[in-house]
Amino acid sequence: MKNFGGPAVLLDRNDINTDEIIPAKYLAEITKSALKSHLLEDLLLDGKQFDSRSQKMREAKVVITRANFGCGSSREHAVWAFEVNDINVVIASSFARIFRQNMFNCGILAMELSEDDIDSLFSMSGNLTVSVDLANEKVKLVSDDNSQDSVECAFSLNAYDKSLVSAGGWLAYADVNY
Amino acid sequence: MGQNIAQKIFNSHLRDTPTPENMVLDLDVVLCHEITTPIAIMDLMEKGMDRVFDPDKIKAVIDHVTPAKDSKTAAQGKIMRDWAKRNKIKDFFDVGDNGVCHALFPEKGFIRPGYTVIMGDSHTCTHGAFGAFAAGVGTTDLEVGILKGVCTFRAPVSMKVEITGSLQPAVSAKDVILAIIKKLTVNGATDRVIEFVGPLVDSMNMSSRMTLCNMAVEAGATSGICLPDRVTAEYLWPFIKGDYPTIDAAVEDYTKWHSDPDADYIEVITFDVSDLLPQVTYGYKPDHVRNILEMEGTVVDQVYIGSCTNGRIEDLRESAAILKGKKLASGVRGIVTPATPTIYSQALDEGIIKIFMDAGFCVLNPTCGACLGMSSGVLAENEVCASTTNRNFNGRMGKGGMVHLMSPASAAAAAITGSISDPRKFIA
Ligand code: SF4
Repeated sequence: MKNFGGPAVLLDRNDINTDEIIPAKYLAEITKSALKSHLLEDLLLDGKQFDSRSQKMREAKVVITRANFGCGSSREHAVWAFEVNDINVVIASSFARIFRQNMFNCGILAMELSEDDIDSLFSMSGNLTVSVDLANEKVKLVSDDNSQDSVECAFSLNAYDKSLVSAGGWLAYADVNY
Repeated sequence: MGQNIAQKIFNSHLRDTPTPENMVLDLDVVLCHEITTPIAIMDLMEKGMDRVFDPDKIKAVIDHVTPAKDSKTAAQGKIMRDWAKRNKIKDFFDVGDNGVCHALFPEKGFIRPGYTVIMGDSHTCTHGAFGAFAAGVGTTDLEVGILKGVCTFRAPVSMKVEITGSLQPAVSAKDVILAIIKKLTVNGATDRVIEFVGPLVDSMNMSSRMTLCNMAVEAGATSGICLPDRVTAEYLWPFIKGDYPTIDAAVEDYTKWHSDPDADYIEVITFDVSDLLPQVTYGYKPDHVRNILEMEGTVVDQVYIGSCTNGRIEDLRESAAILKGKKLASGVRGIVTPATPTIYSQALDEGIIKIFMDAGFCVLNPTCGACLGMSSGVLAENEVCASTTNRNFNGRMGKGGMVHLMSPASAAAAAITGSISDPRKFIA
């Protein structure tokens, strides 16, 4: 099974929708790789355009955000846009149903933490690196700012979602089971 | 403990329960359109799994960008067309007889009470108006649906929204659902099924019920659902008359899906519409809703009437009643897209198309078009549109554009005044 974690980027907003993750004009693409440079292109944070081309964004493997992430359109392109950018975990206080299911269906991790835990992650200083211990359902965040202690949180993964992630996605799972 | 309608449908379609919370359901219909299906088809082909579980249970349409606008959308259409042919999918709707999926499929009688329905489209919840469990899914779920005829959902959790009172003139189902979304917020029904009940829902026709259920997802819901009744049976009668001796018999049979009186709900909300004013959105989220008096005077560049929310004949009538004998305000572009060819042709017969044309509207063929900003009416930066669609997300109808969601009556009022206006002033 693949390793989950890496450098994190923080998106401090609720209700980020899939049109913001990948705008509809790219839905005519028929390869996932064509989505790569358009991830989060239309995102507004604090009413301002998010810099989706920054160095930090390019290096990120993990996205940390707030409530109701991935709401709106069902487009799995939103998950693929993360996938082709090597982002393998999204951490949020809650997800929209279809987005969350799409993540597990693709064998990547949608991790729900409590709002308090999310608040504590957003209050950390420095650049954060995330490591995920899937078996023990623990996630650890380490900062490059030495004055900042690392933070560890517990998460829980439904047994079914876990089996999808281990099987490599829903298609592989369904092919064996149904 | 009794069961609610969603639980009854789940239990009658249960294939497997991999964990107590996860239920694998057998599907009655899998709906497909050309934005999310071609990638599923390509992936299945690559994996050597280019099959379908049952060609009669798959319904497909090219609707989002049609006729094709460029080589990429042409390729998407071709992938669908070839796939439908290869897999003997006979209910495939292409240029000439295609229309917006959530208006077209119900009109063909494909959705019945008690059905399980999925589609790679978030507004699949529209079909809950027929007393079906209908939910939007991603492409991987769609692939498995196409291949195996199953889909996994969490055990349903329902909330009941009881709608009472009667609507003022020029106030319609769109205003009701916008007000409900404002109350619930965009996150308020996440992972829930919204069961719409009450005297107002009972008195609504299928078109209004579809408008209600269509926007359930904008409050985060897995689906909206109405209890199937005489209105449902009468709408479906041309398709079900071989199954039942009389409409009464169908109505009677449908009661088996009705929620039991002691069914369980996570939340029950009562919503009285007697004083409801026309509603309109102001920001980039569907719960950014105000009453129209707070928004009057906001200048618009374009008016868009159509989509799976409000592109049905009843909606066009509602707009035309206000537009009749009037002209678009100067500088305003009007676009109307009847949601299906049947609706288009009915609107021609009723003289509605003429009313739109005389007012100066551009009449488009049935398509999603500008609703998702892919074709036919995309906004320029800083332009404003009064729209009968269902999403006002930033960039939805074109980068930098602003979309104000409203009813067909309010959109018509904006068309003739050039700014957001109370439609009640324009009705006889
Ligand atoms: S009309 Fe708009 S919301 Fe409805 S299916 Fe088409 S793109 Fe989606």
